[in-house]
Amino acid sequence: MATVTRAALQWDYAPAPEARDAASLRSSYDLFIGGEWVAPARRVATINPATEEPLAEVGSASASEVAAAVAAARAAAPGWAALAPLERGKYVFRIARPLLDQSRDLAVVESLDGGKPIRESRDVDVPLAAAHFFSYAGWADKLSYALGGRSFAPRGVVGQIIPWNFPLLMAAWKLAPALACGNTAVLKPAETTPLTALLLASICEEAELPPGVVNVVTGDGAAGAALVRAEVDKVAFTGSTAVGKEIACALAGTDVALTLELGGKSANIVFEDAAIDQAVEGIVDGIFFNQGHVCCAGSRLLVQESVAEEVVRKLWARMERLRVGDPLDKNTDVGAINSAAQLERITSLVAAGSREGAERRSISCALPDAGYWFPPTLFLDVAPAHRIAVEEIFGPVVSVMTFRTPREAIERANNSAYGLAAGVWTNNGAQAFSVARELRAGVVWQNTYNRFDPTAAFGGYKESGFGREGGPAGLLPYVRLTV
Amino acid sequence: MRPRRAVAKTYKLYVGGAFVRSESGRSDAVGGVNVPRGSRKDVRDAVKAARGAFAGWSARTAYNRGQVLYRFAEALESRAGELARADGARGEHADAGGGEHADAGGARAGGARGEHTGAGGARADAAADELGAAVDLLVHYAGWTDKLGAVLGGVNPVAGPHLSFSLPEPTGVVAVLAPDAPDVLGLVREVAPCLAAGNTVVALVSRTSPLRPLDLGEIAGVSDIPGGALNLLSGRLDELLAPLCGHRDVNAIVDASGDPSIAATIDELAAETVKRVSRPRPDTDPLTRLEAVLELKTAWHPVDT
Repeated sequence: MATVTRAALQWDYAPAPEARDAASLRSSYDLFIGGEWVAPARRVATINPATEEPLAEVGSASASEVAAAVAAARAAAPGWAALAPLERGKYVFRIARPLLDQSRDLAVVESLDGGKPIRESRDVDVPLAAAHFFSYAGWADKLSYALGGRSFAPRGVVGQIIPWNFPLLMAAWKLAPALACGNTAVLKPAETTPLTALLLASICEEAELPPGVVNVVTGDGAAGAALVRAEVDKVAFTGSTAVGKEIACALAGTDVALTLELGGKSANIVFEDAAIDQAVEGIVDGIFFNQGHVCCAGSRLLVQESVAEEVVRKLWARMERLRVGDPLDKNTDVGAINSAAQLERITSLVAAGSREGAERRSISCALPDAGYWFPPTLFLDVAPAHRIAVEEIFGPVVSVMTFRTPREAIERANNSAYGLAAGVWTNNGAQAFSVARELRAGVVWQNTYNRFDPTAAFGGYKESGFGREGGPAGLLPYVRLTV
Repeated sequence: MRPRRAVAKTYKLYVGGAFVRSESGRSDAVGGVNVPRGSRKDVRDAVKAARGAFAGWSARTAYNRGQVLYRFAEALESRAGELARADGARGEHADAGGGEHADAGGARAGGARGEHTGAGGARADAAADELGAAVDLLVHYAGWTDKLGAVLGGVNPVAGPHLSFSLPEPTGVVAVLAPDAPDVLGLVREVAPCLAAGNTVVALVSRTSPLRPLDLGEIAGVSDIPGGALNLLSGRLDELLAPLCGHRDVNAIVDASGDPSIAATIDELAAETVKRVSRPRPDTDPLTRLEAVLELKTAWHPVDT
């Protein structure tokens, strides 16, 4: 195994931990069904992946508990749909505002439960979640303008299953448009990150949302499967492509609407005329943001041959300065891997990369004894057929490949079953836009990466899923067009 | 004038801009006419042709695609009378005109010809209406090509120093299961939005009335629609459903068959590669049909940094 490690420069940062007690965690949480906190039949512990210590007990919803939540949503649906649109919008605004009032609490809990650096929870996840509710709240009484004048009705009850990489933000992406369009929802957070969705349920309660409009059932994959098969009118799923395909099969032949936001193996393309230092920052942001637990992570780095040596040298130097460790430390760049299962997946794919002949370089850094950690890693000499060039790793691992011409870059970038996102780094404006046009991907970042906004549609081509979240296009999945 | 025998047309598949027999060498007799019975391999050839044509067709300017579709409308209009008379649904293809094809009946099923006089008047009107509606639909979609960006896309007012915009782009290769009836209008109604959006198409035409839909290939072939952008297959649904809807290079399926019994099979085949499936009804509005075969791409570019 060609592993190269180098000692990272030891920067003398003083620890700058966010106060753990900023999080108002209770020891135990119920399910939020029909506006009530309902004691679940079974509870499980959710742990801090940075320490493996339990944080709280949460419900592991059974199929019947999921069905109860769907029934509550069903009961609430006619009243919610019949509300005057502006009134419905006002409720959604009422969710957006306290999200910011409680932003510190939410950020700390998000980092504790999911392992992401507090800087990201604080600066990205929570503010963007609030922005999504705020933006979609304003759509509630303007839907006809977004729908090209077509007549429409809410779908009814929507079942929403979200992943563990951006727990609160994904809850916002799902709930905000659903509620604005007049649907009621049953949200199933990820098994390993249930806490901020439960805090969000409390916020819905404080906002005096009518009972049953938002229901939160925590649980594992079985609870998600039960939700898909329950009496829902629409399913929205964000997660792995494999599970997305299972859901599509489960709904085959039914008239339950479906949107899928699935995996990716996004190409980040650096042309020789790019501002290299800026591109290196973008590469780092593209793959190490949130430990690489990002569906649109720039996990395939395509560098023009003439600048490959320089880009790799500068990237490696930058990687060696990444600070890996305590998610609650404000200086931390890379936090904990979300779960033991995910660490195992990253480890096994990285081993496959070495086995298949790519050259692995992982930074040398002190990793805590407890918890789940993986050092930022890059692979050189990667062939397009290597598993690490094809499969989604969903970790802090970037595969570096080179190209000679723009045509070759486009072909390599498009040579994937996925089509979620891509990055293009060049100072040639015409090239930036022509390459962006030819990339078969739902989001293309030019001289930037990992930008998100409630007004900008996000979603994939090909096996990265269908349907969009964000912007007016994000409303479409949540209405039934009536002729 | 010396009596002559009319030259009967051999019906063929329309694949990659060429008129081909089924590679399987099979045909089905429809109203006394041999219609190619498309095979698994014909599907693969058609999808390959559609994929090959995608880069070129999708890269055309919207204006150009609109002109080509308008040309398609013109070409269909010019043959609308002939197709209206050739009421394929009843197996009287191309022999309804009477005198000038006096001998054509010998090569076709002539049995029911008498219907066209008398009671056939209303039916002839309906056939003309259908063709007129198909022409009008093509004109409608010809006008859509350069409106899609304005209606479905735009600049996103993001909260940061970036220019962000979203634009629709074609989904790719679209499989169309046309309804059995109306044979021409039902086909045009589904392929026109696909083509207008910049997709390339493999369509399985009406199983019960495939003749006029196959004629449509001839019309497409002289209307500047590039070879491979529109491919028309005739054949049996039970044979072609799995190879077409399960093909890994098909990106979307427009199931206009109107047959709920095959919906689950189609959805399961589609799930293998996350194909987009839509089930338009005859009255589904054009924008909804277009959206079903479009992706939305969002681009971000820094400004002021």
